[in-house]
Amino acid sequence: MNGGAALPRRFLRNRAAALGSLVLLAVVAVALLADVIAPRDPLRMVARPELWPFTDPRFPLGTDALGRDIMAIIVHGARTAIGIGVLAAAISTTVGIAVGAAAGYFRGWIDDLLMRFTEVLQTIPNLVIVLALVAVVGPDIVYVVLAIGLVSWTSVARMVRGEFLALREREFVLACRAAGMGDLRIMLREILPNALPPVIVYASFLVSAAILFEAALAFLGLSDPSIASWGRLIGEGRQTLRTSWFIAAIPGVAIVLTVLALNLVGDGLNDALNPRLRDQ
Amino acid sequence: MTGPGARWLVRRLGQSALTLVCVVLLSFVLVKAAPGDLVDLLASEGQAANEDEIARLRALFGLDVPAWRQLANYLFSVLRFDLGISFRHGRPVAELVLERLPASLLLMAAAIVIASAIGVAAGVFAARRVRSVWDGLVSALAVLFFATPGFWLSLMLVLVFSVKLGWTPVAGMATIGGPPRGAVGQALDILRHLLLPSVALGLFYAAIYARVMRASMLQVLDLDYMRTARAKGVPGHRLVWRHAFWNAVLPIVTLIGIQFGTVFAGAIVVEAIFSWPGLGTLLVEAVTARNYQLVMGVMILSAIVVMAANLVVDALYAVLDPRVRPG
Repeated sequence: MNGGAALPRRFLRNRAAALGSLVLLAVVAVALLADVIAPRDPLRMVARPELWPFTDPRFPLGTDALGRDIMAIIVHGARTAIGIGVLAAAISTTVGIAVGAAAGYFRGWIDDLLMRFTEVLQTIPNLVIVLALVAVVGPDIVYVVLAIGLVSWTSVARMVRGEFLALREREFVLACRAAGMGDLRIMLREILPNALPPVIVYASFLVSAAILFEAALAFLGLSDPSIASWGRLIGEGRQTLRTSWFIAAIPGVAIVLTVLALNLVGDGLNDALNPRLRDQ
Repeated sequence: MTGPGARWLVRRLGQSALTLVCVVLLSFVLVKAAPGDLVDLLASEGQAANEDEIARLRALFGLDVPAWRQLANYLFSVLRFDLGISFRHGRPVAELVLERLPASLLLMAAAIVIASAIGVAAGVFAARRVRSVWDGLVSALAVLFFATPGFWLSLMLVLVFSVKLGWTPVAGMATIGGPPRGAVGQALDILRHLLLPSVALGLFYAAIYARVMRASMLQVLDLDYMRTARAKGVPGHRLVWRHAFWNAVLPIVTLIGIQFGTVFAGAIVVEAIFSWPGLGTLLVEAVTARNYQLVMGVMILSAIVVMAANLVVDALYAVLDPRVRPG
């Protein structure tokens, strides 16, 4: 890899990635400043129900069927989406790295056992497991984040396992082992930093997948009802699709924009890290 | 090729059986982790009043023996495809899930067909005009649909095509109160109901396939044998469709196999929107009602469906690519 400045420059020269970063920064800023932009409880009724957007300057995006400010739900929903996306992705990345590293480094029966478990988890559709978990423990936001994180790590594990299988035979690892370094230290300090770049790129897709996941759960009414969520607003807007379609349409646009931005950033990172593949 | 083919099939079925046992184990552990069992739930709803009644119900559902005995009993009954009884429906779970399976399979198959057709066509189209405006447009649309949640797309399609234009039905699988007479009329009626849900589910995958097909096509068009064919004077469309296409399409076949589980997950949400009478609608109902027996049943059947789909795709792959004949 060449100098440190080359990577960001290569990344930002990609116009789609630059645009994605800009949108993503805006969404993150809105999420962080949610309490400043919309200081009141977003789930409180504030005006006449089903007020159309751009008719009342106090409620620029209108109100939903219960008379709640859509703008406030969108702003606080950004916090929910980004928070859940980042936390769930962090959980699945951590679990995936731990499983993949152990399987690839130790091989043998540990590898067999862990990969068999990974395969079982991949055989059951993710959403089915999460729905089953929610049925068992109830729709609390903590469990929802845990459930999404705990079913999404399988690809990371496979990826990390492959890297570890290849890297464990390299000279620098053999040298560490000859010097008497412990397994855990070799795995964390020597091999992991070399195996990390593709995982970091993949993490951006994990964030967008988790956002879509929570949105789908909330849409079905199976996520936490006490928290402002884009998916939930779409689910509620479904009831008034004939009269006030904007209630379901607006939060969908927010989801598409956020996920799109995340994916463009992920693509850009991928291209910047693998410049040879860029022109394909 | 009966010899190696049959051996391959037996080995794959053996692996699948082992995976299935693990799936049953996992679903059992999950349900056992729930606070309270079925009888507690019934008692809390006032359906079992006194201690005697509760003890009688526990014995009836086999909940009066230790957990490991319950697991062994459950495993053996799953082998006979007895998935227990859904108390709320008063019917066997196996019957409930199997009667919903065809509708789900139809929706998934239609979505995959639509996704492959659109995705492959768009990918080839873009690859033949690489770095043109059209190529850019295909890429932009692919990126857009890859970011669009299926349930929202479903609602927007309903809004435009059912509510505003009135072209397609809003929900269900057949016209209520007497679908058209005759086999052809009924088939057309189902197709009309199938159109929106399968498009809503399929466009996400069409976006993936378009990107993969474009890259794969560009790679194949660059290979030596293509240069030879071009030098020989093979005309353009024949070059693309006869020489490059079948090699370039292989990654799509692989993807369909790998992603079948996610198509299933997508179908759950889309079914819930269109009241499509499939497994997804059943699962959402079961989760809302905390009908664990039924949730376990859907979980096990979905794993079986995913394994079967992978088996079919692997066999198809072997037919399309002679290099990976099983042996």
